[in-house]
Amino acid sequence: MATFLEEVNERIKGVPIQACYHCRKCTAGCPVAFAMEYNPNKVIKMIQMGMRDEVLNSSTIWLCASCETCITRCPNEVDIARMMDVLREMAIESKIPPREKKIAKFHEAFLSSIKSGGRINEPMMIVNYKLKSRDYFSDMGMGLSMFMKGKIKLLSPRTKDIKSVKAIFEATSK
Amino acid sequence: MKVSYYPGCSLHATGKEYDLSVKAVCSALGIELKEVEDWSCCGASSAHMTNFKLSVALPARNLIAAEKEPGDMMVPCAACFNRFKSAQHHLREDAALKTKIEEIVGGKFQDTVKVRNPIDIFFSDIGIDALAGKVKKNLTGLKPVSYYGCLLLRPPEICEFDNHEQPVMMDKLMGALGAEPRNWSCKTDCCGGSLTLGKTEIVTRLVGKLMTMAREAGANCLVTACPVCFANLDTRASGEGTLPSFYFTEIMALALGLEGPESWFKMHNTDPRPLLKSLNLLP
Ligand code: SF4
Ligand code: SF4
Repeated sequence: MATFLEEVNERIKGVPIQACYHCRKCTAGCPVAFAMEYNPNKVIKMIQMGMRDEVLNSSTIWLCASCETCITRCPNEVDIARMMDVLREMAIESKIPPREKKIAKFHEAFLSSIKSGGRINEPMMIVNYKLKSRDYFSDMGMGLSMFMKGKIKLLSPRTKDIKSVKAIFEATSK
Repeated sequence: MKVSYYPGCSLHATGKEYDLSVKAVCSALGIELKEVEDWSCCGASSAHMTNFKLSVALPARNLIAAEKEPGDMMVPCAACFNRFKSAQHHLREDAALKTKIEEIVGGKFQDTVKVRNPIDIFFSDIGIDALAGKVKKNLTGLKPVSYYGCLLLRPPEICEFDNHEQPVMMDKLMGALGAEPRNWSCKTDCCGGSLTLGKTEIVTRLVGKLMTMAREAGANCLVTACPVCFANLDTRASGEGTLPSFYFTEIMALALGLEGPESWFKMHNTDPRPLLKSLNLLP
């Protein structure tokens, strides 16, 4: 059986993460590191040590904002942003309950909105997110003010050939 | 000049003034836009953050649709731009993936479309001098900081855009309009992007820092080319020091004397009209 490290590297399909020499440039430039449970370079070490559960259960993988600063600055071209995507996918596949539930629910609401309309209908997506996350009250002010300013259309046009979009979702779901 | 146009979902809703201002500016500059037929969402961050294949297949569907008319495809939304550039990169680099994606999407990826952001088209194809020649209202007194954010620039080998640590194209466009762009060190910082709903406090903190840094640089507004950044700057800052934000095309339309800017500014959460009136840029 492949080790956790081998599995992650296999999915990243790029520079093996053990090329990291822990200069911490990625962590220094990461806009979200202050809120992360484990810093980006620490996650690499943990993967090398086979700490699968700790990594896949961590908040770090959900908090990464995919800003790509880390990969852009890493002297060894270790693609941490891609690594975070891979870890999130692995956590979802292993049905590990996401540590940052609201963020996971946001992605679900977003994707299900595309699946049903081909395009994101922002008000519908936000309602959907609110229902899924049970986060009913925050942001009412913002939503309302955008609504009043005529930004949010109740009916944005959908993709006509919605079947082709649904087919993509079917074919890419594991 | 004729280009394909991919508006993307945001430009039909929260980024409506970006769509309207891009169209107005293009028409004034003689750029004809042809919307990609029956386009669908690019998948944005949520697709690539949770499902790699989906994140390539969704843009591929649109790229293949756009390839009916090879040439440039204008993508104003920085997030869509990033997803298209990234999908093209993966389809070029990984033959097995390409075969798989073509099978899923039901079409051939021919790589005949060049994905371009309007900043680059205005800067490189129209040119700073030609733009300056069309200015009807000099934006004297407007001191924007250009906020490029993440998605136009990173990773640089994929985005093939401006310098990824010190981009200048948007600043030069602003300069050509008579504005006085301020230099600052946060041009390429992250606003927290799509964490805005699931983890609002992170975005509030990052946006707060951007506002402080913009003020310290002597700016009186921010300009951006990203609907996610714009929404965060426009709605997630609080307090007295909050500066108004603009899509760079709104500012261009104002300087070119086009119809529309005032009606777009009304849609902003942080009202930019008091600033513009104080500078005599609005009646
Ligand atoms: S920047 Fe690269 S080498 Fe340095 S700690 Fe991060 S991943 Fe490791
Ligand atoms: S991509 Fe993620 S880990 Fe890398 S710097 Fe950005 S937020 Fe941090």
